[in-house]
Amino acid sequence: MKKVISNSFDMNLMSKSINEGFTRTLISSFAIQADPTIEALSELKTIVSEAVTNAIVHGYQNKPGIIHIKAKLYEDKTIKIIIRDKGIGIPDIKQAMEPLYTTGNEERAGMGFTIMETFSDKLKVISKEGKGTSIIIEKSLTEK
Amino acid sequence: MEYQIKGKTLTVYLSGDIDHHSSDSIRKAIDTLIINNIPEKVCLNFKKVQFCDSSGIAVVLGRYKMSVKMDFKLCLEELPPSIENIFRLSKIDSLVEIKEKETYKDEKSYKQLI
Repeated sequence: MKKVISNSFDMNLMSKSINEGFTRTLISSFAIQADPTIEALSELKTIVSEAVTNAIVHGYQNKPGIIHIKAKLYEDKTIKIIIRDKGIGIPDIKQAMEPLYTTGNEERAGMGFTIMETFSDKLKVISKEGKGTSIIIEKSLTEK
Repeated sequence: MEYQIKGKTLTVYLSGDIDHHSSDSIRKAIDTLIINNIPEKVCLNFKKVQFCDSSGIAVVLGRYKMSVKMDFKLCLEELPPSIENIFRLSKIDSLVEIKEKETYKDEKSYKQLI
């Protein structure tokens, strides 16, 4: 059965770390329309924060770039978010998703994908070296 | 950043959002306090933290490594449930003590702003 979309947005933003907080605020204002649980909203903010941080730190290696964010809210109170960068890409997605694995410096925990995976209902990562990465998240905003 | 020194214990009261954007300055502020005070115990208090993601985990892991090198005990206290969740997920609780709320009201202490 095809899900009915109740609202959507599509935007581009610069890969600046200040936009991590901006995206969290944006996604919670958007998701609040579905009357989410406090827990779901807090998890959603964390997922989005991790995905945007990944685009900035890994994808664009802290250099300027554009992050593309697309979100759809469905009538069954689920949300789908696509966060895409045109950065360096991930050569080995399986390895990148392992807890504690990081390509960053020692001030990164390597827990981003583990947190995204735990907090979302569905997580898909599509990546091509030199082309970029898309992270697709699906999450229910109501009680499980 | 607000902090308190009681005997050889340094408590740092973190606040706001701890993410990749803010973690660098938070890390530097904590390290300055540790280096200036050479405590035997460092407690990071999360009561006023509104948001924390894996960048916060990295801050704690980094301070844990520092605690091994500089020989002090590290603990985390007053974690909001959502933050405790991500810390347990990363198994940080196997390295660092997670303490419940305590009151210090009748003990000699001082608070300063930096």
